[in-house]
Amino acid sequence: MALYSEKVMDHFRNPRNVGVIENASGVGEVGNPVCGDIMKIYLQIEDDVITDVKFETFGCGSAIASSSMATELIKGKPVSDALKLTNKAVTEALDGLPAHKLHCSVLAEEAIRTALKDYYDKNGIPYDPAQFPDEDSCAHCEKAE
Amino acid sequence: MKIYADNAATTCMSRRAIEAMLPYMEKVYGNPSSLYAIGQEAKEALETARARVAACLGCTPREILFTSGGSEADNQAIRSVALWGAKKGKKHIISTKFEHHAVLHTLKKLEQEGFEVTLLDVAPKGLVTPEQVAAAIREDTCLVTVMYANNEIGTVQPIPEIGALCREKGVIFHTDAVQAAGHLPINVVEQNIDLLSLSAHKFHGPKGVGALYFRRGVSLTNIIEGGAQERGKRAGTENVPGIMGLAEALEEACEGMEANAGRLIPLRERLIDGLSAIPYSELNGDREKRLPGNVNFCFEGIEGESLLLLLDDLGISASSGSACTSGSLDPSHVLLAIGRPHEVAHGSLRLTLGEDATEEQVDYLIASVTQVVERLRGMSPFWRDLTTGKRPHVFSK
Repeated sequence: MALYSEKVMDHFRNPRNVGVIENASGVGEVGNPVCGDIMKIYLQIEDDVITDVKFETFGCGSAIASSSMATELIKGKPVSDALKLTNKAVTEALDGLPAHKLHCSVLAEEAIRTALKDYYDKNGIPYDPAQFPDEDSCAHCEKAE
Repeated sequence: MKIYADNAATTCMSRRAIEAMLPYMEKVYGNPSSLYAIGQEAKEALETARARVAACLGCTPREILFTSGGSEADNQAIRSVALWGAKKGKKHIISTKFEHHAVLHTLKKLEQEGFEVTLLDVAPKGLVTPEQVAAAIREDTCLVTVMYANNEIGTVQPIPEIGALCREKGVIFHTDAVQAAGHLPINVVEQNIDLLSLSAHKFHGPKGVGALYFRRGVSLTNIIEGGAQERGKRAGTENVPGIMGLAEALEEACEGMEANAGRLIPLRERLIDGLSAIPYSELNGDREKRLPGNVNFCFEGIEGESLLLLLDDLGISASSGSACTSGSLDPSHVLLAIGRPHEVAHGSLRLTLGEDATEEQVDYLIASVTQVVERLRGMSPFWRDLTTGKRPHVFSK
């Protein structure tokens, strides 16, 4: 049996939405080089809808696939939907991840939330800070375990 | 193109080794402990194999014990000396930070059992010195165990010198030679080695079989209790086909050692030169004092597992010391021991060439790795930060 599902390998080999959005509405970066994974999400938001999303990821196969899938799941969706995206939804859309790789999907969820928080901050939109991850935390490593 | 470049993990079996095993599966399948003809024939073959292995290592047949592999040999060597030491009130063991886990985890257990373990630092080039060992030896040191060649970065340690020092100080010296046997010239007498572990599948023999050399006078303790096989030192019906395969493969490897090294070293150098051209990459371990087929690099800004997956797509089998491939949150303890920071250790790649490697294959490896590193860097925010100066580079070029 292969380490990853066909879906994971497809998104790893042909990642969707790789790149950068200049002057994005919101940018979120989570993870750190010491842990071995960093995800950066760029959101273009117009009238409360995510019109474009790009990502850059430093990490393993499942980190790249999780970012790719997460961007696909929120592209064209209202901000309120993106806020509800869970790591579980990302994992399920990928037809599952090995147990020790679940933190990659957590990282994707957190990257999107961090980007949304950045969008709120930039636009002075009020929000409940509790719904966003701490920046520079390594929580994704433990959260998945 | 298909290239198996993970010969430090395991090797393809040689035709000679396979042929040597077959008769002991098909015809001479008797139990060497049985007294009838095919049992005794198996017993005879077993003893011939022992003599052949002994000849390859420069010892006597009585000093060879067959095991299930390198890990068992390491466990038994270390535990035996530890037990002997404890009886004499010597409960201090010296080793290094970059040993194989078969050694490190055994030492960890012994620590929990009341032994004191000193793990020597490893210099950035991946080498330990006899001086370090000398400085660490105490009155109560019973054992020094230093690997012959490192399994990840391939660096070859000054074994004869460390052995001589231990001999002089009356300390038993064990070396895990799993990566070296069949690849580097070994003579346990000339190199002052008291105990040595090897594993057949690292030199084109079968998996699940290894050997422990123990100098006459070094008393062994059983790890596996039971029958009186292996002169009472290792219970269990002998793996006769495996042992025949081991002996044949070791002999073949020793016969071809010089020629193989002569062919492999220029290919290794070509590969190192080719990969050095990738910006912000660096060879891990000393360039000269390394195994003929071992190349190990760190590349800034990328992660090893994704590198391996993309190389696999290109037909290349390789390995990495990244956390994602080590099954823990930390990258390779070997790379950390030689001072590589975590973020660089995550981006490591080990290519270990087989004796049949060609120049064409090496060029394909260089082209493929270069292309894959570039592709992964192209989507890495870490690499972006390095190139824009937001984070500092670790390597100078």
